[in-house]
Amino acid sequence: MKSLAKRKNSLANPKNQIALFNGGVFANGELPTFKNKVTESNQYPLKPNKLEIFQVNLGYMCNQVCTHCHVDAGPDRKEIMTTETMQLCLDKLKESGATTLDLTGGAPEMNPNFRWFVEEASKIGVQDFIVRSNLTILRANKKYYDLPEFFKKHNVHVVSSLPFYKKGKTDKQRGDGVFDASIEALKELNKVGYGIEGTGLKLDLVFNPAGAFLPGNQNELEREFKSALKEDFDITFNNLFCITNLPISRFLEFLVASENYEDYMDELVDAYNPEAVKNVMCKNTISVDWNGYLYDCDFNQQLDLKVATQGKHLSDFNIDDLNNRQIVVSQHCYGCTAGAGSSCQGTISN
Amino acid sequence: MQKTYYDPKDLKDFGKISEWDQELGEKFFEYYGKVFEEGALTAREKSLIALAVSHTVQCAYCIDAYTSDGLKRGLEREEMMEAVHVAAAIKSGATLVHGVQMMKKYDKLSM
Repeated sequence: MKSLAKRKNSLANPKNQIALFNGGVFANGELPTFKNKVTESNQYPLKPNKLEIFQVNLGYMCNQVCTHCHVDAGPDRKEIMTTETMQLCLDKLKESGATTLDLTGGAPEMNPNFRWFVEEASKIGVQDFIVRSNLTILRANKKYYDLPEFFKKHNVHVVSSLPFYKKGKTDKQRGDGVFDASIEALKELNKVGYGIEGTGLKLDLVFNPAGAFLPGNQNELEREFKSALKEDFDITFNNLFCITNLPISRFLEFLVASENYEDYMDELVDAYNPEAVKNVMCKNTISVDWNGYLYDCDFNQQLDLKVATQGKHLSDFNIDDLNNRQIVVSQHCYGCTAGAGSSCQGTISN
Repeated sequence: MQKTYYDPKDLKDFGKISEWDQELGEKFFEYYGKVFEEGALTAREKSLIALAVSHTVQCAYCIDAYTSDGLKRGLEREEMMEAVHVAAAIKSGATLVHGVQMMKKYDKLSM
């Protein structure tokens, strides 16, 4: 499978995704827009709280082409952050007072300057330094084999995707061979101490549903993942984060092609939880793209919905303006407020 | 005029049955919720039982609900289909076992 961009699919253009959100069931009033729903629960406009998380997307290149990917990442994507932009990120991170640095992609490890960035970033001394790894990259090529040791050296908090604890569902969503390579990578991470009690090296897993349905209870799934991975492979990890698939990019393509789009949006709207709105990740996060532009979250980044401030780029970074901004929303935001809510750190409401 | 007896949207309105009898409706939903809580059986096991029973009672709403519920809980299609076969075996067995009654009656009446 190739990315939407490579296939020249109309959904590769974010404007066409937004047009879909603004048409159909949301235009004819069958479903309320996100803005109207948030207004009904007296929470509009969405305003940020204190900035805590600086999430940097190092580029859209990835060794995998997952069917649900909201980034439309893949080997054919060439957008990669330069060292100049990385340096700007570090400068503005210090200025922002954020306590968490969260590196994502694509596969962030595939950025040729990834190690330099991690080394420089670890000198800043953020409280939580996250790298989001797809796991298979750690076993994709010998040049990545030492990454678990490298992560350990820089006290990186590893957050890894693993759609399921069995081969079938994982490979269906992420491609043949992904499950076996992921298990191998998890064993390597465990070997250096990641996910092992008492080491302080955090290894969290991310679960997202393999289809047009919402994730189940995070605690129950975590218990099953822990028990199955321990029993079948002697693998341990810290926490499982359940993330709802947001209806954008390749997952949106799947929803439309399988005629699940309207039912899925209906389910998201039906599961709208005003309590989750209070803790949505855009309230404490700034997302930076490979080119240095700023967004309320990684999903808005993929929809090219830049922050609603005068300065939209790291070079114009103004923390006061950002703290006072209005968060940009559209119908995809229902994905973060459904049920127990969803964020890069899993569910956000009980 | 409605063209089919079943409308999938009715499932979402299930809670509205309380509007015509609040006390009994609320008691039912309280009971229902309690039954599906984790107990000696896990919520996952209960979901699988519910899916099987949905097939024996041939409730289209329940099949819809518990297929989705199973997916959310990470049930695999092999597990779900095995559960449906258990339901089908009991249902067909229940039909077939009455054949004994038929045989006995036949033999009793026949010369």
